[in-house]
Amino acid sequence: MSPVIEVRNLRKTYGAGDTAVHALRGLDLTVEKGEYIAIMGASGSGKSTLLNILGCLDIPTSGTYLLDGIDTGDFDEEQLSLLRNRKIGFVFQSFNLVPRTTALANVELPLVYAGVRRAQRRERALAALDLVGLKERTHHRPNELSGGQQQRVAIARALVTSPAIVLADEPTGNLDTDSSREVMAILDRLHASGRTVVLITHEDEVAAHAMRTIRVVDGRVAGVLV
Amino acid sequence: MRLVEIAAFAVRGLTANKMRSGLTTLGILIGVASVILLIAVGNGASSAVQQSIAGLGTNILTISPQRAQQGSTVKPLTTADAAALVGPDSPDVKYASPVVSAQATAGYGGTSYAISQFIGTDPHYFETTNSGVAQGNLFSDNDIQQARKVVVIGATVATQLFPGVDPVGKSMLVNNIPFTVVGVLAAKGSSGLQDADDMAVAPLTTTQNALTGYGSLTQIVVQARSADALPNAQAQVTTILNGRHKVSQTADYRILSQDQLLTARTATTETFTVLLASVAAISLLVGGIGITNIMLVTVTERIREIGIRKAVGAPRSSILGQFLIEATLLSLFGGALGVAAGMLGTQFTIAGIKPVLVPSSVLLAFAVSALIGLFFGSYPASRAAKLRPIEALRHE
Ligand SMILES: Nc1ncnc2c1ncn2[C@@H]1O[C@H](COP(=O)(O)OP(=O)(O)O)[C@@H](O)[C@H]1O
Ligand SMILES: [Mg+2]
Repeated sequence: MSPVIEVRNLRKTYGAGDTAVHALRGLDLTVEKGEYIAIMGASGSGKSTLLNILGCLDIPTSGTYLLDGIDTGDFDEEQLSLLRNRKIGFVFQSFNLVPRTTALANVELPLVYAGVRRAQRRERALAALDLVGLKERTHHRPNELSGGQQQRVAIARALVTSPAIVLADEPTGNLDTDSSREVMAILDRLHASGRTVVLITHEDEVAAHAMRTIRVVDGRVAGVLV
Repeated sequence: MRLVEIAAFAVRGLTANKMRSGLTTLGILIGVASVILLIAVGNGASSAVQQSIAGLGTNILTISPQRAQQGSTVKPLTTADAAALVGPDSPDVKYASPVVSAQATAGYGGTSYAISQFIGTDPHYFETTNSGVAQGNLFSDNDIQQARKVVVIGATVATQLFPGVDPVGKSMLVNNIPFTVVGVLAAKGSSGLQDADDMAVAPLTTTQNALTGYGSLTQIVVQARSADALPNAQAQVTTILNGRHKVSQTADYRILSQDQLLTARTATTETFTVLLASVAAISLLVGGIGITNIMLVTVTERIREIGIRKAVGAPRSSILGQFLIEATLLSLFGGALGVAAGMLGTQFTIAGIKPVLVPSSVLLAFAVSALIGLFFGSYPASRAAKLRPIEALRHE
């Protein structure tokens, strides 16, 4: 069986000429199905750049990225949006919920774009909110929720489509210790139920949840700690 | 995904921020309404003037004294001139009424009122100018011969001086001279810039005695036998007056036909309309900039939201569709309210002018505003939809 993620010689350059920033310089990475991986590294080392490319939110300057054995380089914008919708769940450090919209509507969002019917959509969104322990908060808007609760809504939104991989860029970066613990418990449960999880973190306690930690230095993978 | 879902996003987007949607609607409303209203006022003014002139009849010539030219002397227009215009030499002239006019202050009881036109003339004047009597009677030739102090007043004077009182038979002071009101003229209405009912008519002799003195007439108003006979009548009048005034080169009087008057006035009101149209165009522009502004702000503020939607897998077409529907709904709603407000506004008299709606202006204002709203509501959104999700999410 092919790995869920297979990245070869990935490069990403921002800008051009003298001011060009080489965020990724020939990075290789393989993630097997069901793995739980933490990415660590100094600020500016290229972690977010890597994760954005893995989430199909951005496009590499060169190199190949196979997602579930499919070369994403061959995909056009329309197919990429389909990939993001079906195969990827992305959790941001800053939550990125649609403002002035209820938790339920936020979680339903990917399902709407997936063309899931209303009744089924509601059922699945409620189940996802239940899974993150927010069944009581379905009709609250983001500004009526704490940071930890917002992040749990965002995780519910990421897992509601049953994606092949869940990617999280410093999901606990903006949270206090208790909220962080809750969020990590949810990610642990996701992994336990067979989901592939890749997260970026600065904290060793968070990284300790993962099976494997990858260290990124200057846009390359420097070492793998098991 | 289905269109209904996209439309639902659009509606939710609008209702989620009522303040923003309300302001946008208001911007479009004001733009549309002001254009419709301004054009209606201009149109109302010009059509009122035209109506009032047309109401006077089309078979009238007005003769007035010409200002002195270099090297020529000016003979005054006299009652004798007027009398000479009716006779066997001018078969197409029906009547020629001598007219003097002045401003006068009238008083009755405790009230006083400044009448803008106090006219002295003969009884034919009423027929020539299509003036009918609403109450009482007109004065007669006999009143002129006896120089009786009788007066027929216009509707405005009647309401100003005699509120709730029947003026007929009452004695009214004109420049402190008592006149007996014998009749009230039927209302003609305002001609936009000037109130045709703010006047009073008395016998020529009495008016000259009391108010104007015996100098030149202000006008001679000639009625031709028919509208078709007007050019002949004009020629006959010219011949007679040239003879009497011994005119060799430039005439010391001026003849204006109702047609010419109409043309002159129409030109004036057209200028007025053009002026108002430019004001309207500017207000359309300003309204348009307002719409543009709020739409751009709205979309820019929401580029992050576009990024979020793209990140969870929204195809470009659905984002485009959502913002297009939002912009359409706002533009249509604001435009419709603006049309309603504009049409409501035309029901009121504005600065003495009764606005007359120009149907094409409704279409113009609506279309321009809707297109501006649509364009600036959806064009920036379509650009944002083309960004990579991460670029949209990072947008400041
Ligand atoms: N949009 C961008 N434009 C220009 N430079 C960028 C952009 N995003 C990231 N970078 C640069 O790329 C490098 C890697 O950034 P990032 O992947 O965010 O690092 P990390 O997440 O590891 O802190 C940094 O030097 C950063 O300044
Ligand atoms: Mg980062």
